[in-house]
Amino acid sequence: MLLKGKVFKFADNIDTDAIIPARYLNDSDPENLRKHCMEDADPSFASKVNKGDFIAAGVNFGCGSSREHAPIAIKASGVPLVIAKSFARIFYRNSFNIGLLILEADTDSIDSEDVLEVDTDKGEIKNITKNITIYAKPIPKFMAELVSAGGLMEHARKRVKKEGELKK
Amino acid sequence: MSNPLTITEKIILAHTDLESCSPGDIVSARVDIALGNDITAPIAIREFDTIGVCDVFDNEKIALVPDHFVPNKDIASAKQAKTLREFAKKYNIKYYFESGEVGIEHALLPEQGIVLPGDLVIGADSHTCTYGALGAFSTGVGSTDLAYAMAFGEAWLKIPYSIKVIFDGKPNKWVSGKDLILFLIGKIGVEGANYMALEFSGTTFKYLTMADRFSISNMAIEAGAKSGIFEPDEITEEYVSKRAKRDYTIYKSDPDAQYLKTLKYDTAKINPQVAFPHLPENSVDVKEASAKNIKIDQSVIGSCTNGRIEDLRIAASILKGKKIAKYTRLIVIPATPEIYLMAEKEGLIDIFMNAGGVVSTPTCGPCLGGYMGILADGEKAISSTNRNFKGRMGDITSEVYLANPAVCAASAITGKISSPDEVV
Repeated sequence: MLLKGKVFKFADNIDTDAIIPARYLNDSDPENLRKHCMEDADPSFASKVNKGDFIAAGVNFGCGSSREHAPIAIKASGVPLVIAKSFARIFYRNSFNIGLLILEADTDSIDSEDVLEVDTDKGEIKNITKNITIYAKPIPKFMAELVSAGGLMEHARKRVKKEGELKK
Repeated sequence: MSNPLTITEKIILAHTDLESCSPGDIVSARVDIALGNDITAPIAIREFDTIGVCDVFDNEKIALVPDHFVPNKDIASAKQAKTLREFAKKYNIKYYFESGEVGIEHALLPEQGIVLPGDLVIGADSHTCTYGALGAFSTGVGSTDLAYAMAFGEAWLKIPYSIKVIFDGKPNKWVSGKDLILFLIGKIGVEGANYMALEFSGTTFKYLTMADRFSISNMAIEAGAKSGIFEPDEITEEYVSKRAKRDYTIYKSDPDAQYLKTLKYDTAKINPQVAFPHLPENSVDVKEASAKNIKIDQSVIGSCTNGRIEDLRIAASILKGKKIAKYTRLIVIPATPEIYLMAEKEGLIDIFMNAGGVVSTPTCGPCLGGYMGILADGEKAISSTNRNFKGRMGDITSEVYLANPAVCAASAITGKISSPDEVV
């Protein structure tokens, strides 16, 4: 998949409380979560972000709570891809499960407002603003299959259909 | 002869149809318990309803614990609790807990013998790693994983590499499991064990209780770990045997099992720790913290990390006959109804209230900035909870300092971060 967008850059250790604070967790509606996405890291994010923009960050993005509300809020903001030096593991699996693309790459050369062109299959990240190309770590085969299956729930629905047919 | 395995590898392997496994392999594993709470289960239930199965995989292997915002803090959270209740009724979920029975999930499930050694547990809550203290493999996942597990009884898992962490020697006075894990996170950092299993051992644990082990396993996630496990021993058996209502299996690591690395610490050199804002890795010796004269507005004793009876006993031993500082709040939250009743019988509730504290019904409440003790702008709290991220307990400019219950009790008395030695 080929994506092009503008970057919102964040620091190291962006925790899930910063991505979607617990004060909003009495609701799981994606549209309501979107309004508060990244609020405690950048209060203006929700009003500034446009469909197709990217989030880039340092190490350990998504650390802390297991709340799936975090990748849901990002996805609902229209952000198709998060690039970070590393991801906390529950955020990593949640993103694949719900079909939010994430790539691990050295993000030091990426700044806010940079425009990137990303080939997600090749893991190629072209920084149009700076004329630099960097490469992401390859996505494990299992995870790539999960994404191409449409996420874990789509996989589950296919499994029910398949097993239903087997029983006939 | 199969290759030598760690306890983590053995438990995961036993829950698959495979004959061997290695770290890095992605497997589909059968789960013994799939857990959700009032924040994470509503999304899982919404997703479950789209899968197309007509029943849950096993109504005795799902636990729904409304503990975060229950008793309902507002209308929206009441709706979330209602979603759990209706799902539990519809599918006759055995381990659903109503107000009055409910406690903080990671204290409640071990206490009630629902999670046992050798189990494979996934929970839509990051502190699900707590059950490693029992010698179970347990890890936090998301709501979608919970939906999948409720339908099929399985979860996909990457077999983690293991790091062995050895604490040897007798702990100093006031040093608890909480201090050892804060010390470790201070050494390896908040992503020092990302994707890995921490395996704890050493002579120190002969001197400590199961409550200490629960605190340690609980905070494995704060180093990024997938799990934090102990091999069961006689202390585990003593705890589990009177609670278990089904059979369980004790696993131990093979002597020549492979570890990514081994870390060894001399416990005698460790004092109570205080983790400064805004990361659990910012841990320092309590004496160093005390010397900085940090005034606190609130002290919280509770949570899945430190809301057990042992935690309340040590806090009460410091607060007995004393008053907390003027303009300071002390909030004590027994983690389960059973702990609450024990505290009542032992006179601990009297001690807390006579000291000027309030005692809340079991809830996660203030730990995640939910309710029952939210901080205003610029306020500082010392807390026996597990996270001190920016804005975690309230306003974005408030601060949380993490410590053990003894330090939280002492600090409530002086109104500033203090060592228990300063008040006893």
